[in-house]
Amino acid sequence: MSDRRLEIRDLHVSVETETGPKPILKGVNLVVNPGEVHAIMGPNGSGKSTLAYAIAGHPKYTITSGSVLLDGTELVELSVDERAKAGLFLAMQYPVEVPGISVANFLRTAKTAVDGQAPPLRTWVKKVSESLASMQLDDEFSARSVNEGFSGGEKKRNEIVQLDLLNPKYAILDETDSGLDIDALRIVSEGVNRYSAQGDRGILLITHYTRILRYIKPDFVHVFVDGRIVEEGDSTLADSLEETGYEKWVTEAGA
Amino acid sequence: MTTELHPVGSRAVADHPVPTGKEEIWRFTPVEKLAEFFDETLSRNGLWHHVEGISQNSQEPVATMGELDLGQSPRGQVLVPLDRSAAIAATKHAANHLVLEGTLTQPIRMTLTGESTDPTSDHLVIEAKPYSSATVLITYTGVAHHIGNVEILVGEGAKLTVVSLQDWEPTSIHLGQHEALVGKDATYRHIAVSLGGDIVRIQNNASYASTGGDIELLGVYFADAGQHLEHRLFVDHNRPKGTSHVDYRGALQGQGATSIWVGDVLIRPEAEGIETYESNKNLVLTDGCRAEAVPNLEIETGEILGAGHSASTGRFDDEQLFYLRSRGISEDEARRMVVRGFFAAILARIGIPDVEETLMARIDTELSSDKEK
Ligand SMILES: Nc1ncnc2c1ncn2[C@@H]1O[C@H](COP(=O)(O)OP(=O)(O)OP(=O)(O)O)[C@@H](O)[C@H]1O
Ligand SMILES: [Mg+2]
Repeated sequence: MSDRRLEIRDLHVSVETETGPKPILKGVNLVVNPGEVHAIMGPNGSGKSTLAYAIAGHPKYTITSGSVLLDGTELVELSVDERAKAGLFLAMQYPVEVPGISVANFLRTAKTAVDGQAPPLRTWVKKVSESLASMQLDDEFSARSVNEGFSGGEKKRNEIVQLDLLNPKYAILDETDSGLDIDALRIVSEGVNRYSAQGDRGILLITHYTRILRYIKPDFVHVFVDGRIVEEGDSTLADSLEETGYEKWVTEAGA
Repeated sequence: MTTELHPVGSRAVADHPVPTGKEEIWRFTPVEKLAEFFDETLSRNGLWHHVEGISQNSQEPVATMGELDLGQSPRGQVLVPLDRSAAIAATKHAANHLVLEGTLTQPIRMTLTGESTDPTSDHLVIEAKPYSSATVLITYTGVAHHIGNVEILVGEGAKLTVVSLQDWEPTSIHLGQHEALVGKDATYRHIAVSLGGDIVRIQNNASYASTGGDIELLGVYFADAGQHLEHRLFVDHNRPKGTSHVDYRGALQGQGATSIWVGDVLIRPEAEGIETYESNKNLVLTDGCRAEAVPNLEIETGEILGAGHSASTGRFDDEQLFYLRSRGISEDEARRMVVRGFFAAILARIGIPDVEETLMARIDTELSSDKEK
C-alpha cells in the first residue's frame, strides 16, 4: 500500500499553561517509512517531547494546525487509545507510576486492547517472561505495580518490554537511553533492533547522545531546534553535532 | 482533662445529651435524620445473625460463640461509648461473645442481616486469647436502622484481623462504635469496608494494654449519590513502644456523595518510642461530591520514633490515564484499572481471597452503576 508511512505535516502544537496556551511546535514536517529509523536530536526545551506527546494525544498538548497520518489514518482526530490501536507506540521519557496495577495485568490488558482480542493464555505467559528476561528483568517484576518504585533504568527497560509485546507499527522512543547504565544501554538497543529487524516497522528515536546511535543505526538524523526541524542528514550528522553542538541553529532561531 | 482530641466517654446514656449537630463529634453528621438512634426508650432487637467457622469440638484451635449479660466480664471492659447511640447499644440486651484460641486458619464469618427499618442494636465482644491468630469477617447486609458496637480484646502476642463490611441496602442507616484494647506485642488489624447504606457512621477506637502492640486501621469506602459514609478513628498511644498505621481510601461519585474521615491520634506523655502514621486519600469521580478529611495528631512527648499524617482529595491522575490509554486501553477500562489499583493495596490486607475478589467485583459494579444514572 502506497500510504504506508507515518507522516507529520506542518504540525503546530501549543501546551496548556497556567497563563494560557503557549506555542511550542512551529511547523514540523517528517516522514517515517516502514523499516526506517529516524533520530531526532536537539537542545533541552526545543519541543521533542512535545512532538512525541502531541502525536500520542496527550491532553495537555493542543494541535493547533497540521496533521499526523499513520498509514493514511488521521491520528489528530482519534482518541489516545484509538491512536495506539491504529499502531502507534510511545516509550515515554518519564514512564508513569500506576499504583495497584500489576505489570502482568497491565501488559495483558494492553495487548488485548491493541489486538482486539485476548492473547492465548499459555503462550502469552511464556512470551511475557521471555520479554522480561530479554530486558534482564526478573519474572517477579510482573507482579509489581506498573513503574512503582522501579529504578530509572528499570522503567525504561519496561517500556521496551511493552514495545516488544505490543509490537506496534510505529514507535516513538523519547530518550529511552537516558539514565541507562552501559550494559542496560546495550540491552535496550538490542531490544529496539529486534523490533526494527522485522523490517516493516518505523522508529522515531529522540536522544541527546550519539552513544545509542552506535548500537541503533539511524537512517536519518534530524536536528530539532525551537519547535521545528532545522537540519537533516544521515548518521554522520550526529557525529558532527557532537563536535559543533546546536549553537549555530540556536543563535539563528533566537535572531 | 479533656481536649477536643480525646473526649472521655461514658457508659451512662444520661451522660450523653441528644446531639444537636453542633457538637464536634456530630458536626459532619446529618443528625436530623437520626432521632430514633438517640431515643433510649425504643425497644431494640438484635439483627438476625449467622456465623460460620465456629468449632465443633473444644480442641485447639477453637472459636466459640456465647453470650454476655450486661456487666458480665469482659463486656464493657474495653468499649467506653463516646456518643449517645453507642451508649444505648452498649446497654441493651445480651451481647454476643466470640472467643478465639489457637491458630485458626479459616476465617470466622459472621453475617448480620436486617429485615426492616425498625430500630435494632447489637453489641459484639470479640476476645482473642493470648497467642491466638484469627481473622473475623463481619458482614452487615439488608435493610436496617442499626447501632452496632464491636468490643475487641486482643490478648498478649495475639494476631487478630477484624474486617467489618458494610454492605447494606441503600435505605439502611448504621451507627456504631468499635473499640479495641491491644495486648503486649499483639498485632491488631481492623479493616472497614463501607459500600452500602444511606448513612454509615463508625467510631473506631484502639488503645494499648501494654508495650509492643501493633495497630493497623485500614479502610475502603465508595460513596454514591446521596450517601453519607463517616469513619472516625481514634488511636490512643497510651503505652510506650507501640506502632499504629491508619490508611483509609475512598472513592466518591454522584450528587451529594459524602465521605467524612476524622483521624485522631493521641501520643500521651508515657508513649515513648512509638511510631505512627495516618493517611486518608479520596478519589473524586464526579462533580457534586464532598470529601472531608480531618487528621489530628496530638503529641505530648518528643521521645518518639516518628509521627506523621497526610490527607489528599483529588480527581483521576491525567498522567496515569494517559499512560494506560497510550497502550490502547479505553478510557473506561483505564479508569476502572486506576480505581481498582487505588483500593488494591488495602483490600489485599484482608487475606481472604474470595472476599477480596468479591469486593473488587463490588467496586467494579459501583463504578459501572455510575453510567446508568
Ligand atoms: N506546562 C507548561 N508550562 C509552560 N511551559 C511548558 C509546559 N510544558 C512544557 N513547556 C515548555 O515547552 C517546551 C518544550 O518542552 P519539551 O518537554 O517538549 O522539550 P524537550 O525538547 O523534550 O526537552 P528535553 O530535551 O529537556 O527533554 C519547554 O520550553 C517547556 O518548558
Ligand atoms: Mg523531552
